Amino acid sequence: MTDWDLRRIPSAYWVVGALLLMMPAISSNFILFSIFGWALILGMIALSLMFLGGYGGMVSLVQMTVAGVAGYMTAILGDSAIDAISLGWVWWLAVPVAILIAMVFGTLSGALAVRTEGIYTIMITLAIATAFFYFARQNYVVFNGFSGFNQILAPEAFGVNWRNPVAFYYLALFFAGLAYFAVLYVSRSPFGLALQGIRDNPRRMAALGFNVTAHRIAAYTFASLIAAVAGVLLVWQTSSISPGAISVGPAIDILIIAVVGGLRHPVGPFIGAIIFVLLRTFALDALVAVGLAGERFQLLIGIGFLVIVFWSSDGVLGLWQRWRDRAGRTDPLTGQQKDAG
Amino acid sequence: MKRLLMTTVAAGAVFAATAAFADSIKIGFMATLEGTYTVLGEDGQRGFEIAMREAGRKAGGKDIEVIVGATDASPESALRAVRKLVEQDKVDIIVGPLSGSEGIALRDYAKTQPQVTIVNGISGAQETTFVDPAPNFFRFNMDGAQWGAGLGEHVFNTKGWKTVAAVAEDYSFGYTNFLGFALGYCNAGGKITERLWVPLGTKDFASIIASLPDDVDALYLGLGGGDAVNFLNQYQQAGGDAALIGGTIMVDGTVLSSKGNAKKALIGTPSSGPQADTWDNAKWQGFIKSYQDAFPPEKRFPSPSLLATGYYNAANAALTCLNETGGDLSDGHKKFRGCLANLELDAPNGKITLDGNRQAIGSNFVFEVFEQDDGNLGTKMVTKIDNVNQTLGLDEAKFRELGLPSRDIVQCN
Repeated sequence: MTDWDLRRIPSAYWVVGALLLMMPAISSNFILFSIFGWALILGMIALSLMFLGGYGGMVSLVQMTVAGVAGYMTAILGDSAIDAISLGWVWWLAVPVAILIAMVFGTLSGALAVRTEGIYTIMITLAIATAFFYFARQNYVVFNGFSGFNQILAPEAFGVNWRNPVAFYYLALFFAGLAYFAVLYVSRSPFGLALQGIRDNPRRMAALGFNVTAHRIAAYTFASLIAAVAGVLLVWQTSSISPGAISVGPAIDILIIAVVGGLRHPVGPFIGAIIFVLLRTFALDALVAVGLAGERFQLLIGIGFLVIVFWSSDGVLGLWQRWRDRAGRTDPLTGQQKDAG
Repeated sequence: MKRLLMTTVAAGAVFAATAAFADSIKIGFMATLEGTYTVLGEDGQRGFEIAMREAGRKAGGKDIEVIVGATDASPESALRAVRKLVEQDKVDIIVGPLSGSEGIALRDYAKTQPQVTIVNGISGAQETTFVDPAPNFFRFNMDGAQWGAGLGEHVFNTKGWKTVAAVAEDYSFGYTNFLGFALGYCNAGGKITERLWVPLGTKDFASIIASLPDDVDALYLGLGGGDAVNFLNQYQQAGGDAALIGGTIMVDGTVLSSKGNAKKALIGTPSSGPQADTWDNAKWQGFIKSYQDAFPPEKRFPSPSLLATGYYNAANAALTCLNETGGDLSDGHKKFRGCLANLELDAPNGKITLDGNRQAIGSNFVFEVFEQDDGNLGTKMVTKIDNVNQTLGLDEAKFRELGLPSRDIVQCN
């Protein structure tokens, strides 16, 4: 074990951590709940995609569906307004079972997808996501069809009402932080290193005696855990779930978030998510404010993403990296300071 | 990350600054401005805009500031939009939403935000005001079942169609709208031999058309928008020639003004809803005229759809009561809500009052589709039924016994 030396933690962590913890003091409930709460949750789902894509080389579009399965199961096993279907289990039973079911679903999807490469992985996972969307929309016995479930409320537990915006913000922040550090840790663990080896050269890893398929499926299981936790938080945040939340649009949104943020580091998806949420929420106002017709707000969102991806194929993280290289004028190979000019 | 936070805070400050005008009233407008129902949402926005222009964007001596929220017909999108309008923009009144499931989501949200008054746009799910209604949610349009009132009797008695098969969309509005028709039709003595429920957004109706029975007098079609047009096209190609009965959104302006010949199959089709083009009421004809004058022909339907009328009425109800109370929203909107609850709205499509659940009681129209001189399709009024309430004239306990609208409610085969 390494000894925990506080000085080794980069200063950026202190600044961002302190800012995030102090957010409730400086921002409104709306910013906490609907902007940061939503962004942290979407960030977690995108993080699960980033883990598979960035470390495993597998771009999976099924992550939103895994989150949706967890959300649906929370509604079906726990409490909702649709009491003809909801079983009304207490939260400490309903939530773990929901997460478990979502992990099984994610693992099985992974098992189907891992034998394919590149664009075929995308196609298979997209097919699973679409199939589940149509199934949920047309099944009335379990999934309540088009309307889905409403009034799925975060529980009151440990003396805290988790529906409260500040409490919910800390809840989302806690799990997002946990997921972030878990991904960081796993990426440096033997398993994570083997996964990155498989990403770069599966044949050689197989020749070295690694079970490529098992590693990939295990990666799906781990990613599903993150997505499932985020899925439970998501239904608590919107207090409802319907097929609209897991259709192809949201599945692609998750990919956009991960790509815009950057796939090279776990912080990327969270940066992507906050940009996505801010654009979704304020694009219409921004257009109206400058005197343009509000109904074209989708265009603004699209252009925003286009600009980022155009200037940097590696998302915001890539932009940041380039800006720092230029500002510091360090040589990318040796790390030495360059002369000005 | 840090810079992003700064941007967020800065953006927040800008929006907070716009809230500083104390002597204006903020109205949040919500409609489906993205997704499948965009065309419908845009027509709702036209109705809202007409009401605002007529009022000169002032009510009760105060300026009206409108903030738009876009949704895509899913309850999640409605919740996100309303949260932003209420919690970030701090609007006083919401006018919206458009679609059924959104209305139910807003009813639940309304209970957590007692300081806001919601005047429903045009969403028509029965549950919204019938089950556990919110005290600050007012609905000046009738629900889907009320829009079906009178059609069943007309079809059975006047048309003499004794057996019917139904094809309708498999979601809450489809059930609710069908219930209004089926209740009247079954009570009149008709038989509904088959019910085929199709998912919203169905493109290929071949299997449905193949399984339609031949031995019925007419087909009830409860489809909307693109689904309706697709069905009519494929039904004609398959050589179908049964008499048709239209659900409310089957013969809406969005279908009647669609391109192609499929809609011609609808000529002569009886249907029902909260308005009929040819009603010779001066106020109604005046509303059609102001709709046509307000927007250039390529940016509107030939005549206002029920969405435009619904949003026009909702906005007018809010503006009327703001005028009557002098814009007094103190004490939790006490005077304003009292005014809304007792308002007799002199709407273009007939007088509207509210019941104890703040749900509209109004007039319903039975009409038939006809071809106008200019080739456009319109709706010709057959009868007008006044004072249609949410329980369709039944005793409330008896109506509740029927159960909430679903696939099998009101049987008569």
